[in-house]
Amino acid sequence: MNKSLPDAEDLLARLAERMRANVTPDTALIGIHTGGVWLAQRLHKALALKQPLGTIDVSFYRDDYGSRGLHPKVRPSDIPFEVVDADIVLVDDVLYTGRTIRAAMNELFDYGRPQSIRLAALIDRGGRQLPIAAQFIGAEFSVPDTEQIELRKSDEGRLSLVLTRQGAR
Amino acid sequence: MTVSNPQLDVNGELTHLLTVEGLPREIILRILDTAHSFLSVGEREIKKVPLLRGKAIFNLFFEASTRTRTTFEIAAKRLSADVINLNVGTSSQSKGETLLDTVANLSAMHADMFVVRHSQSGAAHLIARHVAPYIHVINAGDGRHAHPTQGLLDMFTIRHYKKEFSALRVAIVGDVLHSRVARSQIHALTTLGVPEVRVIGPRTLLPSNVSELGVHVYHDMTTGLKDVDVVIMLRLQNERMNGALLPSAQEFFKYYGLTPEKLANAKRDAIVMHPGPMNRGIEIESSVADGRQSVILPQVTFGIAVRMAVMSILAGNA
Amino acid sequence: MKIQIKGGRVVDPASGADKVQDVFVAAGRIVALGAEPGAFHANRVIDAAGLVVCPGLVDLSARLREPGYEYKATLESEMAAAVAGGVTSLVCPPDTDPPLDEPGLVEMLKHRARSLNQAHVYPLGALTQGLKGERITEMAELLDAGCIAFSQADVPLSDNLVLLRAMQYATTFGYPVWLRPRDAALSRDGVAHDGQVATRLGLAPIPVIAETAALSTILLLVRETGAKVHLCRLSSADGVDMVRQAKALGINVTCDVSANQVHLSEMDIGYFDSNCHLVPPLRSIRDRDAVRRGVQDGTVDAICSDHTPVDEDAKQLPFGESEAGATGLELLLALTLKWADEAGIALPAALARITSAPARILGIRAGSLASGAGADLCVFDPQVRWKVEPAMLKSQGKNTPFAGYEMSGKVRFTLVEGHVVYEA
Repeated sequence: MNKSLPDAEDLLARLAERMRANVTPDTALIGIHTGGVWLAQRLHKALALKQPLGTIDVSFYRDDYGSRGLHPKVRPSDIPFEVVDADIVLVDDVLYTGRTIRAAMNELFDYGRPQSIRLAALIDRGGRQLPIAAQFIGAEFSVPDTEQIELRKSDEGRLSLVLTRQGAR
Repeated sequence: MTVSNPQLDVNGELTHLLTVEGLPREIILRILDTAHSFLSVGEREIKKVPLLRGKAIFNLFFEASTRTRTTFEIAAKRLSADVINLNVGTSSQSKGETLLDTVANLSAMHADMFVVRHSQSGAAHLIARHVAPYIHVINAGDGRHAHPTQGLLDMFTIRHYKKEFSALRVAIVGDVLHSRVARSQIHALTTLGVPEVRVIGPRTLLPSNVSELGVHVYHDMTTGLKDVDVVIMLRLQNERMNGALLPSAQEFFKYYGLTPEKLANAKRDAIVMHPGPMNRGIEIESSVADGRQSVILPQVTFGIAVRMAVMSILAGNA
Repeated sequence: MKIQIKGGRVVDPASGADKVQDVFVAAGRIVALGAEPGAFHANRVIDAAGLVVCPGLVDLSARLREPGYEYKATLESEMAAAVAGGVTSLVCPPDTDPPLDEPGLVEMLKHRARSLNQAHVYPLGALTQGLKGERITEMAELLDAGCIAFSQADVPLSDNLVLLRAMQYATTFGYPVWLRPRDAALSRDGVAHDGQVATRLGLAPIPVIAETAALSTILLLVRETGAKVHLCRLSSADGVDMVRQAKALGINVTCDVSANQVHLSEMDIGYFDSNCHLVPPLRSIRDRDAVRRGVQDGTVDAICSDHTPVDEDAKQLPFGESEAGATGLELLLALTLKWADEAGIALPAALARITSAPARILGIRAGSLASGAGADLCVFDPQVRWKVEPAMLKSQGKNTPFAGYEMSGKVRFTLVEGHVVYEA
């Protein structure tokens, strides 16, 4: 039976509500390229956070560089606030093995020592390979290893989730 | 007989960086884009990423150079690599060991990458032909032939200030005949689609077939710099006076040195570049070198990011 | 030893003969062509059906590397390479170590070569002592020791007065002078033709005027002295033109080109292939085409191999530091046939360039198949295709820019003075 993917916009609203009571205006959001950045932009606005939005590309911290080489499209990380002692929430679209989050944390610590790091993910698809957990989740939804859940953004800015066939990440 | 491009592996991926000539445009752009991300690494507290941790990079400099070697060393260390510096003139080479024997010995010490500078054109190609498949070679300058990382960082610089290549006029001034930097710049500019590349210099300092590289030749700096967006000054070596190529540094400066008056022929927002080290008062007047249009110092910063990009792309390709 | 070479296509460029017939050899000479002389009783019959029988090749330049350069090659290996290439007479340049400026050295070389019973070796004597371009050598003594002419090899003679005097002295006795037109200053430090490849690859250039400036001086001196001059290793369109004009004006010169120059150009350097580091340098395609036209119309009298074995270490260096030269004795025939095929030249005319013409330049009785001539013969299969594999060459020099090339034509038998000295 093919379960249908939840609606991304609905999940986003749910995620924002779950976060609202647990963040302060000083909470700093950092979106992980690319889907996490789109989500973080929307959350930043929805939660009216004061700290400017950060974006992070984990290509230089991935653990599969040795086997897959450098990602063909690397983007710059941009963290326009002081990481030392900051209360940070990392935002990603799909939480799966946990390796991307591990890489993001390693990268963040090269900027300084934060007060705390929490994780918000639109979808938790299970399949963790590392002891990583998200504090804020839109929904849990698992798919076989041969498939990938991707976040897409339309030209008008509407977010949606799609399933694609790919090798396990 | 000619063989396939020795810089690319069977999958068309970059396995050595020997020259900009013949490098596909997509690869050049990828290097520039990746370098852009490495720039921000240099601006934060911990200027390192763990990408090349455990890799050994050997700087094989058969021709002395502190500047270039230092930037490669910084780049490698920012990638968390181990760096070994060899000024080969003082070691086994001078005892009569051949170039290839030196390389073979070092490979046996588990080198992952060689950064090579040599006074002979083609040295990096020779080494690349003979290293084990998993070892990558970066040409840091071979004779008059190529200095690809310099050419690439110069493109990065131009893109940083001018955004687009498609409508630019670029002038390269000085001793093109002996310049590996100029050759790499010319290949990069033409590959990236710069519509007008000019070389300016006296006939004795321009190669006889230089127009076949796709450049316009000027002997007069005033007309040559007219409406130019980018001015690249090349270094003039003292030895040129000995070979009956030039009468004196003074006469060279009079006709080809970059002064504010000559620069005024270029566009108002033209940028001034120089690969360094500068001979103030010979190629370029201090007021221009230190002036508002000069981007000579940023070139150095960009050079570290570009070299980090090259190393990390190469090391990631099997 | 009486030998009958049966049923081969006998090609004799000197006489123009080209027909399928038998050749009869006895006591070191060709005793008959065609009909069997009465009661011949051959000791050996060579079946040459489908093969070509021509005079043994006469190679105007082959370095044997002795004396002095035995680590590059030895007389044994290079003489074996010569006969494997069908070469029965060869000229050896004087740039040995020490140079051939002493009669004793020449005698030793000739003696060593003779004892191998393979090709005839004709050494060139040094024109000046030590090839230094200052004092002339004892040409009469050297001639007596066995030199057939005098040369500077590739070493330019910068002092025109010395060149003039050397030519005048040689003319006194009628000795030929072999000169490679090369201006010392214009070619100094250069390693590649001053063209688009050297510009792109950043290789120190050698302009065409390095050849033509020296050539014009030599031609003027020939006119002045009446010296008998042979010009070695032309490489440029302008150079060939100058010789064409000089010959038209009645100036008595001959010239040769190397087989490398007939086929290759600067483009073959590719990614710094040091096997293409040659002297003279490989020039532009236009120059190569002019050289080919010159060989075709006879402006260029002969093709030689310019055989120069180089040890592996000396080639495995950056282009500019590598030693120049290519092995070539075993490729001369195939390369000549390749040119003939591409240019549409008939076999006798093509073979003339490596047999009768060089023999005439040398002034030796070779390069012809007339009855009574010395039996120096080459019997080859014109059809067989083979690939140039350096490791399979008999020469110790494996350095060839033709590695991996497909060739047509391979030597099956070589005879010198009526003896089979090579058999494939």
